[in-house]
Amino acid sequence: MNNPVPMHRKYFRIFIPLLSLLSALCLGALVIALADRDPLMIFQKMFYATLGSSYGMGQVLFKMTTFIFVGLAVAIPFRLRLFNIGGEGQLLMGAFAAALTGAALPETIPSTVAIFLCTLAAMTAGACWALLAGVLKVQYGVNEVISTIMLNFIAQGITGYLLTCHFALPSTVHTTPVTAAATIPTFYKVAGWFTNSPANFSTIVALATALLCWFMMFHTRFGYEMRATGLQPDAARYGGINATVHTLTAMGTGGAAAGLGAANIILGYKHYYEAGATSGIGFTGIAVALLAGAHPLLLILSALFFGFLEYGGLTVNSMIPKEIFMIIEAATILLVISFTALGKRLL
Amino acid sequence: MAVALRLSAVTKKFGNFTANSNISMSIEKGTIHAIVGENGAGKSTLTKMIYGMHLPTSGELFIEGKSRRFASPREAIRAGIGMAHQHFMLVPELSVTENIILGHEQSHLFSSLPLKNAKATIKKDAETYGLAVDPDALVTTLSVGEQQRVEILKLLFRQASIMIFDEPTAVLTPSERERLFETLRSLRSQGKTIILITHKLDEVLSVADTISVMRKGEIVGTVAASSVTKQELARMMVGRAVLMSVANPEASPGKTVLSLKSLGYRTRQGEVKLQNLTLQVRAGEIYGIAGVEGNGQSELLQILWALTSGEEIISGEAVVNGASIFGKKTADRVLMGIAYTPENRLRHAVITDYTVAENLLFGRHRERFFHRGAGFNNHVVNRYADELITDYDIRCGTPAKQPLSALSGGNQQKVVLARELNRPAISLLILAQPTRGVDIGAIETIHKKIIAARDRGMAILLVSSELEEIMTLSTRIGCIYKGSIRHEFSQEEVSEKKMDEQEFQKEIGFHIT
Repeated sequence: MNNPVPMHRKYFRIFIPLLSLLSALCLGALVIALADRDPLMIFQKMFYATLGSSYGMGQVLFKMTTFIFVGLAVAIPFRLRLFNIGGEGQLLMGAFAAALTGAALPETIPSTVAIFLCTLAAMTAGACWALLAGVLKVQYGVNEVISTIMLNFIAQGITGYLLTCHFALPSTVHTTPVTAAATIPTFYKVAGWFTNSPANFSTIVALATALLCWFMMFHTRFGYEMRATGLQPDAARYGGINATVHTLTAMGTGGAAAGLGAANIILGYKHYYEAGATSGIGFTGIAVALLAGAHPLLLILSALFFGFLEYGGLTVNSMIPKEIFMIIEAATILLVISFTALGKRLL
Repeated sequence: MAVALRLSAVTKKFGNFTANSNISMSIEKGTIHAIVGENGAGKSTLTKMIYGMHLPTSGELFIEGKSRRFASPREAIRAGIGMAHQHFMLVPELSVTENIILGHEQSHLFSSLPLKNAKATIKKDAETYGLAVDPDALVTTLSVGEQQRVEILKLLFRQASIMIFDEPTAVLTPSERERLFETLRSLRSQGKTIILITHKLDEVLSVADTISVMRKGEIVGTVAASSVTKQELARMMVGRAVLMSVANPEASPGKTVLSLKSLGYRTRQGEVKLQNLTLQVRAGEIYGIAGVEGNGQSELLQILWALTSGEEIISGEAVVNGASIFGKKTADRVLMGIAYTPENRLRHAVITDYTVAENLLFGRHRERFFHRGAGFNNHVVNRYADELITDYDIRCGTPAKQPLSALSGGNQQKVVLARELNRPAISLLILAQPTRGVDIGAIETIHKKIIAARDRGMAILLVSSELEEIMTLSTRIGCIYKGSIRHEFSQEEVSEKKMDEQEFQKEIGFHIT
């Protein structure tokens, strides 16, 4: 028994996501064909519009960045068996906070300070919103799925009300743009990469955050306790581990990650908050995290894949409805989950 | 006599691993045939093949002379084979009768159930074999012994002629166990063939006619129960001579470490679990708590390890080395020098998905010694793991890679014990069922280590439902009954009475029931 994981099993682990992606694409092709379009042509077009152009690649990176953040928002609590459905609400609160802070800052403030303050505001808002669910959980045992869903509605209500009744510029649906100092520079502006695309330095922060989360989960005592609590809560209690602390930090960190995703959208691209600014991206985070098995490094790949689908879907929007790509996304998740279950039974 | 079941050169492989190798045996009709062996010897695989849950890789299976091949338990059941599983396969919300006919309704899917006929059959079977149980009772309301009777009635209802019992006594009290053996004997007298899977040698010797011993996937011998001793069986199972009870030199206890004074425990519903429980454990002695499960042992352990939910009413005093433990969190109790091995290891003492090395750290991961930066010092951890693995003879692969779940029960237990006994500066060690589900060979190692820890001056509180274990290890014995210590045997009494085990067992048995 020297080799607990036989080789074929290791390969199988890598094959499962690949196999499910492949079958999802086939299914996608079938759906496109059913919609009376040529799947090959559509895929080709998508490919050229994304990976074939520097603008397209920038767009994919920009989407990927947000997906990494909202994916982490789900993945970190998921390690504790907490299902954070509230990424969307945390993203909304974060976006609103970033936009308001950015608009309130004086123009003369140094750029690094301004970006730092706005990002901090976004992270705090996201973290607080997620912590609400955490506190409800540890204090009253409220199921986090229910509380985060409800908090999504409340976040929508709050931001919607504050926008229309207090902060929207006259005859628009958006807030005052943030001060120029608070905008996160795009790669194009600084280095001339990714022609005109919104890809900005948040991407680097996203990669670093994913790496940091991975390190925290798998190489620190904190992560050791946290994973143990998620795997066997009863054993963790016997081992003297304080589950309350871990529940709160995991939810808080998750919410803060969603806040960073909001900073990418607001400070890196839109520069103001508008109605529908987050457009349900927070929910896609659930899919991103599940596809990656809540592993922070694999999550980068799964965010890239979803970024590709999301922007690819937009580029062929004139030929095929975007809904087709929603079908592909959702089908991929279902297939991954089924394949994983099947793989477990086979081995 | 006629042969009910014959296996001819049966082999079962899982990938590269051979679970059963070239097994040939004949089981005679109307006998109780026991198959004994340590955990992982291949007993379960063998029974699963007989019951149609696995297909043999090679070899043949004959039922009453006819070669058979079962692709599913359904086919095996049709051929007259029945299995009483170790973990009962009953639906708690259904009645006894409904459970018994489940899967064997003998009616169409949408027609009404022939409950009346079924009940009559069940009553008749119950009378014939002395399996008293109310056919209308819901299974949730039944005791463990009664649930087992339902399992047996299920087999009778399906008219099984060959019955497999997988570790049937694991959950039974001593009196229920006797009763089960009576049932088995009466089944035998009615011509049923019984295959008994177990690792408890005493039971095998008292109830079986023939015994087959398995080791490492092979049958190492088949003997008549009347012509073999316990020691010989143990030797066949383990492959070497085993000390049935380890040497236990006289203890020389020191000052009192743990002192419990009129401890009480009442649940929120007002049920009294502990009342007026008083005992002292001194340094350098093992205090054994003997008792039938459910007499307050788990509640006592909960109190000692800060696992109460806070809704119970707890009274009295619990003092370790002069300081009260009440109000202290688990992590703080560790700092007071208390170590604990819970009875349910897989659920409470280890993280099964973690590696062996990570598990050797579990609960001790706060000790500075293992730290480096925000993480662990892998070099120190690995050296520590290697030391314990050699010291405790833990059989495993690379400790930093192999998940704990890949180890046998005995080795998992050794991981837990090694970790807890090795804690620096511990003065009180609490052991709950330290050898439950552990192989004979491993029990010997574990008992030796416990005695060695005692001789180093640890105060040890031992809670075990195995009287033999209590008698082997304890310096003093407290008999727990309905939440209090009903009788205590002093050190002198224990060492004197230990001479006559049978008699001592009876005496303890008198105080705990």
